[in-house]
Amino acid sequence: MAKNRLERSEVQKAPTGIPGLDDITHGGLPFGRPTLVAGGPGSGKTLLGVSFLVNGAEQFDEPGVLLTFEENADELAQDVRSLGYDLHKLVEQKKLLVDYIHVDRSEIEETGEYDLEGLFVRLDHAVKQIGAKRVMLDTIETLFGGLQDSGILRAELRRLFRWLRDHQLTAVVTAERGEQMFTRQGLEEYITDAVISLDHRVDDQISTRRIRVVKYRGSTHGTNEYPFLIDRDGITVLPVTSLLLEHDAPDERVSTGLPAMDEMLGGKGYYRASTVLLSGTAGTGKTTLAAQFVEAACARGEKCLYFLFEESPSQLIRNMRSAGIDLQKWVAKGLLQFHADRPNRHGLETHLLAMHHAVEMFNPDVTVLDPITNLMAVGSQTDVRAMLTRVIDYFKTRGITALFTSLTSSTQSLEVTESMISSLMDTWILVAITEEERKRNRWLYILKSRGMPHSNDVRGFLITGKGIDIAPADDRSTAYRPVVAPNSIRARKAPVKSARRPAAPSARSRK
Amino acid sequence: MSPTDNYALRLYVAGQTPKAVRAFENLRKICEEHLQGRYSIEIVDLIENPALGRGDQILALPTLVRHLPTPIKKIIGDLSNTERVLVGLDLRPRRASA
Repeated sequence: MAKNRLERSEVQKAPTGIPGLDDITHGGLPFGRPTLVAGGPGSGKTLLGVSFLVNGAEQFDEPGVLLTFEENADELAQDVRSLGYDLHKLVEQKKLLVDYIHVDRSEIEETGEYDLEGLFVRLDHAVKQIGAKRVMLDTIETLFGGLQDSGILRAELRRLFRWLRDHQLTAVVTAERGEQMFTRQGLEEYITDAVISLDHRVDDQISTRRIRVVKYRGSTHGTNEYPFLIDRDGITVLPVTSLLLEHDAPDERVSTGLPAMDEMLGGKGYYRASTVLLSGTAGTGKTTLAAQFVEAACARGEKCLYFLFEESPSQLIRNMRSAGIDLQKWVAKGLLQFHADRPNRHGLETHLLAMHHAVEMFNPDVTVLDPITNLMAVGSQTDVRAMLTRVIDYFKTRGITALFTSLTSSTQSLEVTESMISSLMDTWILVAITEEERKRNRWLYILKSRGMPHSNDVRGFLITGKGIDIAPADDRSTAYRPVVAPNSIRARKAPVKSARRPAAPSARSRK
Repeated sequence: MSPTDNYALRLYVAGQTPKAVRAFENLRKICEEHLQGRYSIEIVDLIENPALGRGDQILALPTLVRHLPTPIKKIIGDLSNTERVLVGLDLRPRRASA
């Protein structure tokens, strides 16, 4: 990333080590200052703070003090262990110190003047003991329930945050979201350096966590709400991985697996690391076209990851075998891997993360998402689009050629329905069926293909026992008229190649 | 509560601040008046012994902790409100409104 450029003019940052969060904050939290992390119950505030401390201790050589006002130290350690954090080990290594401050109003009698010097002494002592650079206060607002004199408390909190700044401690201060104010006790009044908001929403029974940098004094930051996940690996924030749209665009081309289709795409097929959308109504042959591409990729020795959102792998393998495409062979060779999941089993973010994981593990050259439409039913249009943008960005930065199939409902206009995702696609191929003379005829055409001259033909095709057979270029009639027999198409191998020429001048290039 | 119970009291302070001095004086006065001969006061200065603050969960200063008789009681502040100190030490019944 363009780190040098950013650091020059901005405040010093303390990286959180949380994947994605450091991207949207352009490097981390403000170094030596407190950051307010506000969210409702169960929104992940504590986990974010703990991750910040644990990563600081493990990755950045910055020991941390965790001052908790809520749970006791053992409960906390247990809670975060399920997410892969071993607090005890860090405590033993003197990289982390956990102190628990319990306040119970019923136990305390207030008589006359006091201050919270006890808190300062303990924090100071803890910081000095391990040479801490990071501090987490979780959740200091609890004190408002424990002490009657909120005037003293507010003055002391103000002093505490000043103290943290004076001691150059990078701090995460968690707070409950309030109804009238941003936080229940208006802590945002005291902490103005950086404010992060966490949110946990449930739409249509599917929950989504979101994070937003509300404020970051002296620094630019991503202002959107970003989805984040909490799973066995802790927190992962999912920003648009390359916010700058700066991924490479290779000139290399990859075959579609069908010579006739390659020919339609400027003679060479898709661009590597581009995105391809295959859309059409049910039963038009989208999956078969995808399988044809997969087969060609595997035959070149490339690795392919196939995400299934509708069929099981064995069902797909069986169906494709009937079209003469043997995918099992590539699975056996380790070149093809399936990843099947029901779309509504998780929220979009979980799907996205699962895809990330699968791609990291398998490191494919080619991926197929079949069908992307099923996934689109899981979230709102904006969410799905945001997720797809992230997926596509991720594929492109990794140089993966990605093919998406999309099911168009028969009542919708073919080209309109995909407007949501079509702009993300480099190549868009439409597949359709027309019914004529008691026959259903398949045809396809290229709606767009960025950066290459492409055919404007509408071509008929057949799914035979030996794969897909596309009608020759000059045989325009087949697109509309019944494709009578496979034999009439087979004939294309003979003289038609040069006859295709007339189509070329009308082809357009978007470059 | 028997009137013969021994009182083990611990006063937490951080340095000789005016509040700390005031708290100690107030405490001495109250003890002499109400607990003569059956109390002990230990003063813990957290500036010298910061680690000791952890055991009794000290947050505010000054804090008076009654270790004996049980249960443990905490009274924070400079102990200037004698009435409330006595209530806090269970030397006077809590008023219904309190």
